[in-house]
Amino acid sequence: MKYIKKILGGGLRDYTMVIALVVLTIIFNITSGGKMITSSNFQNLISGNAYVLVLAIGMVMVIVIGQIDLSVGSVAGFSGMVMALAVRDLGLPWWLGVLLSLAVGATIGAWQGFWLAKLSIPGFITTLGGMMIFRGGVIWISKSISVPAPVELKVFGAGYLPEWGPTFTGMNNSTLLLGIIAVAFFAFMQLRKYNRSAKLSEKTEELWAVVGRIGLIGVVIGYITWIFGTGRPGTSFPIPGLILVVLVIIYHIITQRTTFGRHIYAVGGNKSAAALSGVNVQRTYFLTMLNMSMLAALAGIMFVGRSTAAGPSDGSGWELDAIASVFIGGAAVSGGVGTVIATMVGGLVMAVLNSGLMLMGVGADRTQVIKGLVLLAAVGFDVFNKQQGRQSIIGRVFPGKRK
Amino acid sequence: MEHPLILQMQGITKLFPGVRALDDVNLEVRRGTILAICGENGAGKSTLMKVLSGVYPHGTYEGKIIYMGNEMVFKDIKESESAGIVIIHQELAMIPELSITENIFLGNEIVKHGLIDWDAERNRTVELLERVGLTVDPNTLIKHLGVGQQQLVEIAKALSKNVKLLILDEPTSALNEDDSANLLDLMHGLKSRDITCIMISHKLNEIAAISDAVTVLRDGRTVETYSVEAGHVDEDRIIRAMVGRSIENRYPAHESNLGEVIFEVSDWRVEDPNNPGRLVCKNSSFFVRAGEIVGFAGLMGAGRTELMRSIFGRNYGIYLGGSIKVRGKEIRVTSVASAIRQGIAYVPEDRKNLGLNLLDSIRKTTVSANLRAILRGRLIDLEREFQVSEEYRRSLNVKTQSVDHSVATLSGGNQQKVVLGKWMFTEPDVLILDEPTRGIDVGAKYEIYRLIHELADQGKAVIIISSELPELLGITDRIYTIFEGNITGEIDSQEAKQEKLMRMMTNTAGSESKAGKDEKAL
Repeated sequence: MKYIKKILGGGLRDYTMVIALVVLTIIFNITSGGKMITSSNFQNLISGNAYVLVLAIGMVMVIVIGQIDLSVGSVAGFSGMVMALAVRDLGLPWWLGVLLSLAVGATIGAWQGFWLAKLSIPGFITTLGGMMIFRGGVIWISKSISVPAPVELKVFGAGYLPEWGPTFTGMNNSTLLLGIIAVAFFAFMQLRKYNRSAKLSEKTEELWAVVGRIGLIGVVIGYITWIFGTGRPGTSFPIPGLILVVLVIIYHIITQRTTFGRHIYAVGGNKSAAALSGVNVQRTYFLTMLNMSMLAALAGIMFVGRSTAAGPSDGSGWELDAIASVFIGGAAVSGGVGTVIATMVGGLVMAVLNSGLMLMGVGADRTQVIKGLVLLAAVGFDVFNKQQGRQSIIGRVFPGKRK
Repeated sequence: MEHPLILQMQGITKLFPGVRALDDVNLEVRRGTILAICGENGAGKSTLMKVLSGVYPHGTYEGKIIYMGNEMVFKDIKESESAGIVIIHQELAMIPELSITENIFLGNEIVKHGLIDWDAERNRTVELLERVGLTVDPNTLIKHLGVGQQQLVEIAKALSKNVKLLILDEPTSALNEDDSANLLDLMHGLKSRDITCIMISHKLNEIAAISDAVTVLRDGRTVETYSVEAGHVDEDRIIRAMVGRSIENRYPAHESNLGEVIFEVSDWRVEDPNNPGRLVCKNSSFFVRAGEIVGFAGLMGAGRTELMRSIFGRNYGIYLGGSIKVRGKEIRVTSVASAIRQGIAYVPEDRKNLGLNLLDSIRKTTVSANLRAILRGRLIDLEREFQVSEEYRRSLNVKTQSVDHSVATLSGGNQQKVVLGKWMFTEPDVLILDEPTRGIDVGAKYEIYRLIHELADQGKAVIIISSELPELLGITDRIYTIFEGNITGEIDSQEAKQEKLMRMMTNTAGSESKAGKDEKAL
């Protein structure tokens, strides 16, 4: 046990949600007769949830500043519809439609940020208004009819990486390359951290623990790579998943390593103290809301690409899935706590629940009930642990976030 | 006069995971007297009172509580209250949007036929308020009362429960001099009504003024108990007992080395944002030299904090006019960020609500006001962050195992050191400290004073706001007094006496003022 702990670089408690995710996956695999851990199911799981996870990235930042955004579903639907209409009726090229859609998202974000930052209207109210305005808006501009999307977009919503190179690898070579890059990157970061902490005379861990960790993660990534890479010919790790991974890396760095990221946590942790430390609280509010709506537009585009048409009810209820992912990921309702990585784990727990219950033939009705109970259990567990005077467990899912 | 014992706590031991908060504590209180409990922060005073009042129920601690001759086993606060033991916490627990009457009878309503009997409640409230010497309408909302008045309402509420043993946790920590004196008088008066008081206090002069006995706690143990004779108390003895060592001088000796005037504020005028037309700073002008420690004395509400916060990037109020010069150059500060960049730092008085993000680690807090200094490219350099915070942890002697620990785990004194480190890292020319030692124990205070002296010796201009006049006299070179938004005087700390300062703080005439230019502020 001691050795496992050292390899993981923290107590097992830090990994509760990751363990829950793995256990859930295995249980569903058994109960569904091996249908859970298959190439096609994993591929569907990723491309079918990527857009919600993109929303959750923005949502965790909004929740960290102590606000909430109820409008993301409507904004995603509205932006997607604007794009589809612009391409169909104005004859714009698809890429211009995408840029226009992102610009619409940014404008909406600026509008909501204005109400929150300048007029101090709580985000709940501001975005409740936005939720109605843009849901109404999408129905209005589409006249309640689905609009076909440009075919080029399909790649963003349901595309796969190209096939190339030799066949003796036995899998999709793009996926293999991704897996190799991921393992190499992880090993590089771990070794660099090890070297630096040795120099700083910080409490250094043993080299074998670091190597053990690299080996463990290597095996895990290798296994996942193998699953994604050995599906039907022509399939691979999905492109929406790749977009998501890139965004996660970017936003992890933004939230953990930039001044803006620090300001988000400062404002959420204690607004007055942040203001007295020179943080421009209004600007932080404004930019966070702006960012959220832009990501909502991106999620809308990805969804439209997947379903090949923009519909008037696209995005209904997405805000709730995104918010649930954030809270299962250990964020605090009062703000100041939550990370992008932990939110992704939270979102994947929801996704695996959805997928697993479906494979078991559980109806949508009971799936909803179970998801609700899981949300309560996860948050209740977190609150219970905080009352015991410990730090938020789930919030520390990965040792990358130092508290 | 020998009073019978009303309360004995024998061998109280209370364990928290990993900590022995109370270790075989013994306490005796005689009926109709006032017992003062003192001790450093973390000595176990509040824990002991929570054991007594049933917040920690019987069974979660070891030892016996004998009250009025019987052993008590309280399950919760309700039980201790019905036995006549009432605790008034440091943070007042009243509901601001409800009236005095509603607050007094909250959870204890007088009910007739299932409905609240408002007339009975109001009549009883009037009677209770009279007993505590408060003449306000019982329908007044709590939020419209001052802190001192709220404290009196709390006592009235305790009286409504037929209190026999009243526990007050640092009752005067938020009160000004007048309200404090008033409260102490009231406590004295309660003795004649056969009400016993236990008062937790840091303020030795108060203990001397009203208590009959003192018990000193240190590290969860009873160190000493002795009676106080006729308003006389040996302060040195209490301090020795509290810190376990003798502090010859509560204020470290310091030879100041004054340079040129490096900070100058002229004709500063600020309007109250909630009360248009009311000026909170009226043509305030003052200056500080390099290496000088300047105190600002004033009663609560005089506008000391407001003045400093408005200077610190207009963080408070509506700026009407006035100029700031740093090192002879006029600067424009329109935001806190620009104030920090131009060498001004302000350490707020309310550490928990304004000074710290309690969710942050020590290392993140240390760099939080000057992230630019640890950027490499556009990213925060985590190595630098660690080095910087480690450096300040060592040089400020912050007691913690690791800078990765949350600031919430630190004691008040250590939190304040982290906050000071945070502002020292911004490398300011001018450091404004608002009540830097509030709620900090004697030992840590001494360290903070030494630090302030060090900062001055580095050639910084240091401004200190404090409500404790001995502290101002002990560590500053010069003191300005403020009354109702006016700077009413300026005095050398060497020549100043508390009485003289107090006169200047309560009198607009400002006849003691040496500096002519302050006169035009009147």
